[in-house]
Amino acid sequence: MGRDRVIVVGAGHASAQLCVSLRQGGWEGEIVLLGDEPSLPYQRPPLSKTFLHGTTTLTDLLIRGPEFYEKEDVTFRHARVTGIDRKAGTVALDDGDALSYDRLVLCTGARPRSLAVPGAELAGVHALRDAADIEAIRGTLRTARRAVIVGAGYIGLEAAASLRKLGIEVAVLEVADRVLQRVTAPEVSAFYDRVHREEGVDLRTGVGVAGFEGDRHVRAVRLTDGTEIPADLVVVGVGVLPNVELARDAGLAVENGILVDEHGRTDDPAIFAAGDCANHYDVRYATRMRLECVANALEHAKAIAGAICGKENPISALPWFWSDQYDLKLQIAGLSTGHDEVLLRGNPADGRSFACFYLADGRLIAADCVNRPKEFMFSKRAITQELAPDRELLADPDTPLISLLQTPARSAP
Amino acid sequence: MGTITFVEHDGTPHQVELEDGSSLMELATNHGVPGIDGDCGGEASCGTCHVIVDDAWITTTGTRTDLESQMVEMSPECGPNSRLACQLRASPALDGLTVHLPEFQM
Ligand SMILES: Cc1cc2nc3c(=O)[nH]c(=O)nc-3n(C[C@H](O)[C@H](O)[C@H](O)COP(=O)(O)OP(=O)(O)OC[C@H]3O[C@@H](n4cnc5c(N)ncnc54)[C@H](O)[C@@H]3O)c2cc1C
Ligand code: FES
Repeated sequence: MGRDRVIVVGAGHASAQLCVSLRQGGWEGEIVLLGDEPSLPYQRPPLSKTFLHGTTTLTDLLIRGPEFYEKEDVTFRHARVTGIDRKAGTVALDDGDALSYDRLVLCTGARPRSLAVPGAELAGVHALRDAADIEAIRGTLRTARRAVIVGAGYIGLEAAASLRKLGIEVAVLEVADRVLQRVTAPEVSAFYDRVHREEGVDLRTGVGVAGFEGDRHVRAVRLTDGTEIPADLVVVGVGVLPNVELARDAGLAVENGILVDEHGRTDDPAIFAAGDCANHYDVRYATRMRLECVANALEHAKAIAGAICGKENPISALPWFWSDQYDLKLQIAGLSTGHDEVLLRGNPADGRSFACFYLADGRLIAADCVNRPKEFMFSKRAITQELAPDRELLADPDTPLISLLQTPARSAP
Repeated sequence: MGTITFVEHDGTPHQVELEDGSSLMELATNHGVPGIDGDCGGEASCGTCHVIVDDAWITTTGTRTDLESQMVEMSPECGPNSRLACQLRASPALDGLTVHLPEFQM
């Protein structure tokens, strides 16, 4: 009898962690990792940060080196999965092969949303999701003079900062009336707005893109009010769509992501989904959510490995995120959804270091910390422990945070 | 080449080959040492690579930087020899180094 086989589709953050957690959990069967990118799993966050303007190579970004996969007996194969046959328990590959699975884990991630405007296919208009995108952008950097970034989310703003570092003129266009609108408080948006302007970015909010001008290569971006902004490089960062097609075509439930329970399991007990493509039931928040961050991908992978190895470990970790722009190290703990109060420690209107705490009913639920690692680590602990710290002390920069960790947990009203 | 030993909180040792220039976090994750996550990939952003350098070695490795201090000092397991493994570069001088892992990463 052959060994049982786990097939992992997609070679990214979730799948790299899954390989580790499966072996640590005692899985002795085969692990086959199928990825449509040629590389072993690599770190995606640096793509818009150091990788864009730096000299690092893809090898430097590998989450784990090739020797890890060899030692842990994980087979990597560069192939795209084109279909799942649940009855037969097989997946079909684009090279015509089919492989059988005992457990299947979908870690297919997300793909960039494209702008449905004329000229979106012109040369010089790029998305920013994978190493190939970056190689393409890097190839143009020596001649690029003026870049336009569409979308002022984290990735767009990081790309803007990276390109400014190279001395390229940068304009950032955002349809909402402030940067980072979807994810932060107005105070934090105003801070990033100020810093990008100080760094020489031509930042325009409340503007729509009507199209890209040029013959073969992009020459300008046309706004809905008719204004043209010259550009020889355009980076579009307007969000992502979860890669759910494999699951949907196989008849699995899909709704803003592949629906999974707190163990990462779909409605087919042999099939799991993890990372950006999965919409999970979260034990901590007692609700469903789909997140797009490394911490979430890792937590999903750990829960799934637990379920496969018979050591339940439901999805419950506190989500967190980070973003590097210029000399700003932003670290975010928790989810701010549902906050009813914002407290500041330090002044975002001046300088480059502050923390923005989000509270709900007096309890700390999230924090955006700019160049404040201590506040970030404090928040991770305080949120996990459901503390309701004294407001005045929390906002007082002279009160040592560690003293606030001793505040007794307040019981729910 | 030499070796570096990571000792889990329960005392289980993991000896890994020292690779000059790699960070201790990379060495640990490449060898699947349990108890070092390295979630941020070595950017000193996550604090999940906390290690405690063995007393005998702290003068060789040096004590933590200010940034590392800010990251690890909120951990209840933080001690004078606490460091972030991603900020510690392996070099031949560290052949034989032992570091201890906390019970929990934050
Ligand atoms: C530029 C950039 C910066 C980011 N910065 C941060 C950050 O600072 N902090 C943070 O927490 N998060 C950040 N993120 C988000 C983070 O990278 C994602 O949340 C994370 O990569 C999700 O991991 P995943 O395993 O779900 O998917 P991915 O890492 O996207 O991996 C999915 C893989 O599956 C492959 N695939 C898809 N379909 C198939 C198929 N049918 N067959 C085979 N292979 C397939 C894809 O090509 C891809 O390689 C950033 C993302 C980007 C793009
Ligand atoms: S790996 Fe994240 S802080 Fe060291």
